[in-house]
Amino acid sequence: MSPRALLLGTVGFAIFILSWHLATLGNQIGDLPGPAMTVRGLVQIAGEGVLWENVVASVFRVAWGFCLAAGIGIPLGMAFGWYPRLRETFNPLVQSLRPISPIAWLPFAVILFGGIRMSSDLAAIFLLFLSAFFPIVTASTSAVASLDLKYIRSARNFGVDGLAFFRRVVLPASLPQILTGLRLALGIAWVVVVAAEMLGVESGLGYQVMDSRNALRMDFVSAAMVVIAAIGLMLDMAMARVEATALARRGMSRR
Amino acid sequence: MSATEPEARQGAEPRTMQAGAKIVVRDVRKTFPTKKEDVNVLDGVDLTVREGEFLAIVGPSGCGKSTLLNCMAGFERITSGSIRIDSEEIERPSPKRVFVFQETGIFPWYSVWDNIGFGLGKMPFDKKHEIVMRYIALVGLEGFEKAFPAELSGGMKQRVEFARALAVEPDVLFLDEPFGALDAFTRLEMRREIVRIWKETGKTCILVTHDVEEAVELADRVAVMTRRPARIHSVLDNPLERPRDSDQPVFRELKDQIFEILGVERRV
Repeated sequence: MSPRALLLGTVGFAIFILSWHLATLGNQIGDLPGPAMTVRGLVQIAGEGVLWENVVASVFRVAWGFCLAAGIGIPLGMAFGWYPRLRETFNPLVQSLRPISPIAWLPFAVILFGGIRMSSDLAAIFLLFLSAFFPIVTASTSAVASLDLKYIRSARNFGVDGLAFFRRVVLPASLPQILTGLRLALGIAWVVVVAAEMLGVESGLGYQVMDSRNALRMDFVSAAMVVIAAIGLMLDMAMARVEATALARRGMSRR
Repeated sequence: MSATEPEARQGAEPRTMQAGAKIVVRDVRKTFPTKKEDVNVLDGVDLTVREGEFLAIVGPSGCGKSTLLNCMAGFERITSGSIRIDSEEIERPSPKRVFVFQETGIFPWYSVWDNIGFGLGKMPFDKKHEIVMRYIALVGLEGFEKAFPAELSGGMKQRVEFARALAVEPDVLFLDEPFGALDAFTRLEMRREIVRIWKETGKTCILVTHDVEEAVELADRVAVMTRRPARIHSVLDNPLERPRDSDQPVFRELKDQIFEILGVERRV
């Protein structure tokens, strides 16, 4: 990051925090908390240890949902991309299911995986799987479907086919778009996990938000929100790093 | 086209005269089905390419020259007629005849070394390395074997593409406007390069271009295509010795002849 970008970014934060502070001057615990109250709350919940358990619970669910979605979504999407008949058969279905918020699946997720209450992680993981699955399938489909004809023809010209063709041409050619899809999917999964945990589970950062609200500790709510933002940012930066490393040698990282 | 001149010129070209027919295209038709009606692209193309010659195919843009080349390479099926190479009907692409793409078709995810070794298949590393390095030297890219395409200039990428094609030791190179994406200076340099490579390796080269000057500069013979539905209007012999100079009277005559056949007013 350039010094100017760093400076301007800091100014943006400063403007927000100052306005926030002025707007919440004189508020008590139970009202809308100000920045100072949030920081004190953050120190308090961080010291209690329960915060870290909730962080681990949320990250664990996202990791499982995301990995399952990638494991199923990438091969499926690539198959859709390669076989037009398969794509024509299933893509309209996929695109119709995609706009359904994963949260709307919650009642079914509970029936399928959670018993009466959503006590098991499975139900939450199912929702996260759904949230990450659609962007990954869509990105993988379009990555393979838009494969440059000259790459396909080059490979055929040199007699490279079958598994070697997949490994040496299709996979590397579609990698950039698939990685972008993965990054998008991880971001969505992180947004969805908090929402899912507000409804019925008893751990995780979403639960932390609801539990604090029920205890009328709004300073803990805003403190949890800060943690959610920080981890979301870290996940995105990690994915961006993976993307840049994987594509660095193609000169794409310089863009 | 003058009736006497070509004959006199053919006599001056013993190398291509002695060589046998490498590719024989007979009455090739190609139609593309569209929603409305079938579009007739090639309408009875006849062409004989001699072993080891440099043949250029010129024609107005969109006339189907690239389609003809794609059919000769085996990428597209012809609707009727026949294309034989060494007396065998072409049914699919083969490493015996390699296509060099309009814009670089080299793989951005592979280094120069890996790109050039792409078509070599499974072989011991030492042997592969020896072949790859030989072709890196041939196209003058020593020291760049570990570089990636994104780090190379347009001309260097084109060299990698040539080396990748030559490394599998094909008999025939199909060149589909290979210099189209290069700037004017690099294009000139690459034309010299391709002539040098052609002389050194003795491959049969078939160049598709809309640049008449390029065709006259490079080719032993120039086939001129008509507008769509396309046929070969005529094939002109190019008697000029290499290196060629576009200021030579014969060079200009030949260009004028081609422009006349194409029905293009050359002066701006």
